[in-house]
Amino acid sequence: MIYFRLFLAFLYIGLFTIGGGYASLPIIEEQIVRLHGWLNASEFTDLITISQITPGPIAINAATFVGTKVAGFPGALAATFGFMVPPFAVVTFFFFIYRKYRQMTLMQGIMAGLRPAVVALIAAAGLSILITALWDGAAVTLGNINLLSCVLTVLALAVLKKFKVDQIIVIFGCGLVFMAAEWLKNAL
Amino acid sequence: MRSRFAKGGFRLEKKPFSLWALFSSTFVLSAFTFGGGYVIVPLMKKKFADEYGWLTEEETLELVALGQSSPGAIAINAAVLLGWRCGGLPGALVGALGTAIPPLIILTVMYRIYDFVRSNVYAAALLRGMQSGIAAVIIDAVWGMAKGYFKKPVKIPSLAIMACAFCATWFFGVNVAVIILAAGLAGAVWTAAQKRKEART
Repeated sequence: MIYFRLFLAFLYIGLFTIGGGYASLPIIEEQIVRLHGWLNASEFTDLITISQITPGPIAINAATFVGTKVAGFPGALAATFGFMVPPFAVVTFFFFIYRKYRQMTLMQGIMAGLRPAVVALIAAAGLSILITALWDGAAVTLGNINLLSCVLTVLALAVLKKFKVDQIIVIFGCGLVFMAAEWLKNAL
Repeated sequence: MRSRFAKGGFRLEKKPFSLWALFSSTFVLSAFTFGGGYVIVPLMKKKFADEYGWLTEEETLELVALGQSSPGAIAINAAVLLGWRCGGLPGALVGALGTAIPPLIILTVMYRIYDFVRSNVYAAALLRGMQSGIAAVIIDAVWGMAKGYFKKPVKIPSLAIMACAFCATWFFGVNVAVIILAAGLAGAVWTAAQKRKEART
């Protein structure tokens, strides 16, 4: 049954994707393109492009895309559900260990080591998004910088620091300003 | 509802915990967060730790590290762990659903309108502009989390771990699971060494 095969394929992907994001691409490709032939190479590229312009984890996007293509919306549900089962189980297991031993000195040492590492990983992700926002794939030089993006980023930062505006509104507002600029450019 | 999972450490609830608040927040964050797992993490921290006060910033970072060392997507793992922490099993399930439903809906729609979106300049401009907003949100959040380590007394070991983790991922592309493992190990070794020193003096 196709739903069950989708479920199993994404169960496997969910079990063996460690490190998140693009680290999951090779394993998704192995299952979806080479093993099951649900997508061809160019559809797989489309999937990556769509994942870049939509919110959400790549694996969930892949599950929905492949599931929809192969077996409609129920297929999307089966694949997504399959992907979520193994991480849910593992995370739950980790949570109970964490809760039990959190007060132990050694565990606190481990946690003290993890916290700055997580901050660094978030900083790296932020830096790569900042570079994409300001240069959009062009060479990173002062001359190539997108001035509007630059101004928007600084303004958004100022708004976040000074006012209690919800972050989602700030993000969406930046998008609308950029869209309005595009409209002005085409109108003139 | 104040769950039994709140034991161990106090928390200042600025907004009482409810499954609906958890669901709606994770849903909105997931629906608008482009750019991968690490983008949603600082947004969750701001919402659940700073704004709602359901858990502390330290706990958030610890739970994220746990989510990072598990298989799966960071955003969903983080939501499940936050859910467990704040609302037990119902919280974990609601966190998972709240994070997974928006991409499920969006991709279902996108599957049909992809060709239009790809060729539409305004859709592209909207997405391009949102990147600036996301960059600002992350800079703001990272600064909020990192400044504690720079305050006197400056926490040298933590800063060293931070610098090493950054270089490992940025310059060498080391798998994040490996980075998390190494950082935990470094923390454990450092703490054990400190204990030995204390025992000797």
